[in-house]
Amino acid sequence: MLNYVSKRILIGILTLLAASIVVFIVLDVVPGDPARLMLGMNATEEAVRALQQQMGLDQPLLVRYASWIGGLLVGDFGKSYTYSVPVLNLITERIAVSLPLALISLFLSTVIAIPVGLFSASRRGTMADSGTMAIAQVGVAIPNFWFALLLVYVFAVSLRLVPAGGFPGWNAGVWAGFKSLILPSIALGLPQAAILARVTRSALLDVLGEDYIRTARAKGLTRRKVLYRHALRNALIPVLTILGLQFAFLLAGTIIIENVFYLPGLGRLVFQAITQRDLIVVQGVVMLLVAAVIVVNLLVDLSYALVDPRLRGRS
Amino acid sequence: MSAPTEWQANISKAFSNRSFVIGLTITVLLALMAALSFIWTPYAVGSFDILGKLKPSSSAHWLGTDHFGRDILSMIMVGSRNSIAVAFVSVVIGAGIGVPLGLWAAARSGMIDEALMRFNDLVFAFPALLSAVMITAVFGPGAINAIIAIGIFNIPVFARVARGAALSLWPREYILAARAAGKSSLLITIEHILPNMMNILVVQGTIQFSLGILAEAGLSYVGLGSQPPMPSWGRMLFEAQTMIGLAPHMALYPGLAIVITVLGLNLLGDGLRDVLDPKMRRERS
Repeated sequence: MLNYVSKRILIGILTLLAASIVVFIVLDVVPGDPARLMLGMNATEEAVRALQQQMGLDQPLLVRYASWIGGLLVGDFGKSYTYSVPVLNLITERIAVSLPLALISLFLSTVIAIPVGLFSASRRGTMADSGTMAIAQVGVAIPNFWFALLLVYVFAVSLRLVPAGGFPGWNAGVWAGFKSLILPSIALGLPQAAILARVTRSALLDVLGEDYIRTARAKGLTRRKVLYRHALRNALIPVLTILGLQFAFLLAGTIIIENVFYLPGLGRLVFQAITQRDLIVVQGVVMLLVAAVIVVNLLVDLSYALVDPRLRGRS
Repeated sequence: MSAPTEWQANISKAFSNRSFVIGLTITVLLALMAALSFIWTPYAVGSFDILGKLKPSSSAHWLGTDHFGRDILSMIMVGSRNSIAVAFVSVVIGAGIGVPLGLWAAARSGMIDEALMRFNDLVFAFPALLSAVMITAVFGPGAINAIIAIGIFNIPVFARVARGAALSLWPREYILAARAAGKSSLLITIEHILPNMMNILVVQGTIQFSLGILAEAGLSYVGLGSQPPMPSWGRMLFEAQTMIGLAPHMALYPGLAIVITVLGLNLLGDGLRDVLDPKMRRERS
């Protein structure tokens, strides 16, 4: 188990390192002169030179990379060119919106999908199963931002139950903040739940065909007990894998959904930064999100070892 | 001459598969709509009619008009070209690079295989949206960015599928026989491995195509995809957002176009998998 865990962690660190090189090359090396790109065509030479110096662009490439990575490790993401504040401050401010949104959606999709998958799998071939899966099939095809627009129309514009957008800030109270995250979380979580429910169902059906399930049934365990005690636990591996892979889509979805609801999260920050050519902010946010995807997938890999005892012995 | 009969059997199997038939019908209709838009649309997509703006469905404008008085049906028809083109080229990029990589890893194994898997890990860390954000930040927005971003994300998907399929084919007897006859790995891959995994690749291609349609819509919705005046479904939804109280139909129809297209492709993919990959069907049904 220790072998498996340490190998996974090492791979995770190497992937993180490689990803940082990709981000650095695309946003720092490819533009040729990021300072000129940020300031635009009409900038004076002095302004460009001053920004070059501020960004450390007069240093050799390796030094620049090393100082960027070194900075990231101690929480120094550089200074935003448009806001003139440390990028880290901007990120921590915005993550207070994006992270709760992503987590609530993840929670919603999981608590909906797993029971639905169980329900469907335990009634395989019945009308209830095909009906549920038909709904899931449609759910998979629905773009979350379109679903968000429909929710806004029904619940905010027509019924006026929740705000159509905006975020009062957590200072206005937890409930006020939470209320403005309800629709976005549903919009993100439900299409996600459709995917996860399908995976849960097919993973359970795969497991239910295994010999040890037959043995458990032959031992006299009830269908219910077999389903919950043996099948669900074993089916969790593919479900976890998809959950991990879905996390990347969830983050991407968060960024898009924030635009529907005018939420001041990381998504809005990064899109504003693109329009203002604030590459340092783009670099910081992208690196943070990429790191999040890598770390979550690492955690998923590590949790296999907890869920599946067979993996513990493997290197 | 077993190939033609196998094909005939597959085709008759396919047409008795409900998912396949529904999916194929939707997909063919979509392709026809896109093709028709080159020679005919109810109205020209560039024709503004401010007096007739935000009109709901009518006999003159079946799906109503937008905030510039443009005919929504015509825009959906022309927009379908954009969705299809971006998704298709992204699949071609993903398969064109990913499949050879996967085949190479399976043929060589060892270090090359390990390196490929690590490369996959790396690319998976960059969802299409993040790639598009980076590319747009440097080069500015455009449909090409969407193609590159989605295409890059497709590479590891195809690499993994091709590798898995090839690994299961290499120990087969006819491959061993070809090896014993002195054929090179490259020749065996081209002559035996690749043709025998086409089924799986076609199914995966359909799935990635539908994901590509969804991803393109998302990217153009946030302004990272194709730019105006070229109509695109995602962009239409973006424009509909501010009008949602006044003209909900502006948001309804482009979204339905996306859902129906993606649903059709997914059903087609499911149906193809049932027909071409009976092992999967036994396990899943």
